[in-house]
Amino acid sequence: MTEVDEATRLTTQPAPVQQPRRGDPFGPLRLGWRQLTSMRTALLLLFLLALAAVPGGFLPQSKINPIRVSEYVRDHGALGRLMQRVGLFDVFTSVWFSAIYLLLFVSLVGCLVPRTRLHLRALRSRPPKVPKTLKRLPVSDGWTTERPVDAVLDDARGALRGWRVERRGSELSAEKGYLRETGNLVFHVSLVLLLIGVALNAFYGFKGTVLVTEGKGFSNTLAFYDNVQPGRRFNPASLVPFTVGLKSFHATYADDGKALTFDADIDWSRAGGATKPYDLQVNHPLVINGAKTYLIGHGYAPHIVFRDVDGTIIDDSPVPCLPQDAQFLSTCVIKEASTKGKQFGFRGVFTPTTVTDASRRVGSSFPGLRLPALTLVGFTGDLGVDGGTPQSVYSLDTTSMKAVDGGQAHALRPGQTWKLPGGGSLTYVDTRQWATFQVTQDPSRRVMLIAAIGIVGGLLLSLFVRRRRVWVRAGDSQDGPTTVEVGGLSRTDPERFASEFADLVSSMRGEQRA
Amino acid sequence: MPDKGLGQLGDGLLLCAVVVYALAMLGYAAEQASSGARRRVTSVRAASSVLVGSGPPVTVPAETVTVQAPSRAGRAAFVLTCAGWIVHLTSIVLRGFAAHRVPWGNMYEFSSAAAFVAVTAFLGMVVRGRIDRALGAFVMLPVVLYLGLASSLLYTAAGPLVPALNSYWIKIHVAAAILASGSFLLSGVVALLYLLRSRFDVRPTARFPVSLGRQLPTAAALDRMSYTIIAFAFPVWTFAIIAGAIWAESAWGRYWGWDPKETWSFITWVLYAGYLHARATAGWKGRKAAWVAVAAAGALVVDYYVVNIFVVGLHSYA
Repeated sequence: MTEVDEATRLTTQPAPVQQPRRGDPFGPLRLGWRQLTSMRTALLLLFLLALAAVPGGFLPQSKINPIRVSEYVRDHGALGRLMQRVGLFDVFTSVWFSAIYLLLFVSLVGCLVPRTRLHLRALRSRPPKVPKTLKRLPVSDGWTTERPVDAVLDDARGALRGWRVERRGSELSAEKGYLRETGNLVFHVSLVLLLIGVALNAFYGFKGTVLVTEGKGFSNTLAFYDNVQPGRRFNPASLVPFTVGLKSFHATYADDGKALTFDADIDWSRAGGATKPYDLQVNHPLVINGAKTYLIGHGYAPHIVFRDVDGTIIDDSPVPCLPQDAQFLSTCVIKEASTKGKQFGFRGVFTPTTVTDASRRVGSSFPGLRLPALTLVGFTGDLGVDGGTPQSVYSLDTTSMKAVDGGQAHALRPGQTWKLPGGGSLTYVDTRQWATFQVTQDPSRRVMLIAAIGIVGGLLLSLFVRRRRVWVRAGDSQDGPTTVEVGGLSRTDPERFASEFADLVSSMRGEQRA
Repeated sequence: MPDKGLGQLGDGLLLCAVVVYALAMLGYAAEQASSGARRRVTSVRAASSVLVGSGPPVTVPAETVTVQAPSRAGRAAFVLTCAGWIVHLTSIVLRGFAAHRVPWGNMYEFSSAAAFVAVTAFLGMVVRGRIDRALGAFVMLPVVLYLGLASSLLYTAAGPLVPALNSYWIKIHVAAAILASGSFLLSGVVALLYLLRSRFDVRPTARFPVSLGRQLPTAAALDRMSYTIIAFAFPVWTFAIIAGAIWAESAWGRYWGWDPKETWSFITWVLYAGYLHARATAGWKGRKAAWVAVAAAGALVVDYYVVNIFVVGLHSYA
């Protein structure tokens, strides 16, 4: 590299990949590594990453919506199954997506390490020597003055306040804007930190969800959760001990059915601690020693009483129904297995504000409780729960059951009872609500916060700080006027630098005149 | 409760702003057409001098093409844009008062605010001399389409927010998203014009739409403009995504869940990051980088329209 090249290089960006020397046993490896860490490869990997994320942006993903994925696969037959096999419904955990981002990060680290070393050296080093011909630089100027060389250079130094200035003989080198590269490095290191945070959560984090009806509660132990997503190295002993009880749930709606507020009125306590009330809302999780409890869903649980043929009450509990639409038409399943005779099962819908259309289909026209009804079809026979195969409480297997009343649906209002043929009855007493809570323990929060600050801060520095160099040469002839040459270089925003340079020059000259 | 009268007034004013912007667009176009006719004379003269000379064919010098003839239509268009901007601003403020909240709670309001940012950025850059007024027609066209689409298909009456949106983060996250989207919209237009102009530089005799390049600023200037805008918008977009992640953590219990909106924001982010790298990489500078900027703006449009309207996700509010 010639002297001018060295002086005018303003970045630590690696040079283009070169062929390794012949006979180098690690040649191919070295070449491969240089290829991987080259900007072109990084660019290619970036575009690949964007491209690979596209199916995740259009197709349903099993992590988010497993039901829609299975519908999609069912509707598309062999193609759907093929798509599933290559991971198009699990894009972000697929081998190919992981390969791309891991390669990208390897390439990034491979690029960061030498650049950091270069930058640290640049931070300690003096601004480079003055190039031979200042006139060839993008901006340059020159004049003659009667003042001696020392005075000229002192004035120039005065004009370059805030710059790193180095005098060599009758020459001055000045540089400014080191923070640009610092910001650039901080930004990229923070990206690596972000990935570390993601990994930390994937290994040691915990997420559990639980459905709780009014009047009940849960403890932060694995047994209580309906669904858990522990990290790969998660230790259940690290669950923060606390309990939460749901006293009541309130939702308010606008006239058009749009939800306005959700409040879960809860009591909570640490293990052995005093009970405290809390109003849990959507954007206000409850934080207990780093474990966060969120309100993530809600629905209705009609309270029913089931009487056996002899009139004894064998079930007196709320039945959580799962909402199916925005007006909270919800599906319900009731199973009565501990009867003396045949078992009973009921399947149907709960509608908070019940409407019936011309073809006698039941629907809901409002999510609030205005005209609640429980519309059920009954079955009798064997529920299949005693065989030992686990069953979902939300689905009813009627293969060995017979429909009651020929499958006729019965609509019950609060307080109404359905007297079953052959004895027994089902009473819809009143309506309770349920809420789903999610408890999250995420050990990566602090790392993520630092990474986020580094990303934004580093980005701002690397995009808005301009790195530039200015050189001054004063001709030290013994007699006659001193000739002054000034040249400058900036890779970013040449227009702004040109005007800054003009200001610098006029300030160098103005001070001389004074 | 939302104030209906105020909301309707705001909607009416937005329609007024669209009409005024459309008129401004016609003004810019008239300016282009008249100066284009004048310039055709100069370029014919330049072309004939090339024929006389015996050297290799020379492209028309940039200076003769970018001379900005002051035109009454152009000045009127600029004044109209300013007037439209004031009406637009009033409509957004009224929306906020009508709904008793920040005026960016649904797609209709978001579109209006993002278009407002684009017009503001354009006006600001014209005043500071960092963008050419001649681009007005190309900027106003997408703005008018965008607002037209918002007032017709995406219209939502002023109303309160759903609980998940009811957080102070809506001020931060959505405001940043609007600021970045509006700017990206503008940069996408400029990048397309750059492609047009650089094509015109290679083939000055090509037909429409490449022939539009004649009236445009130099390719280097357009490239700089689009970079300046993206360099501003990219950190804002990054911040919007981070603010969104922090909000998602408090509303949904996770920072990032690859919800379709999150995925497309990520794709957009990666593409703009690609643009910034491409612009600094040999072999990618110029047209290739500009195509990346256009693709990134395309991803933003998908993120906005397709995800909100056709894909089911947590961001499906309006």
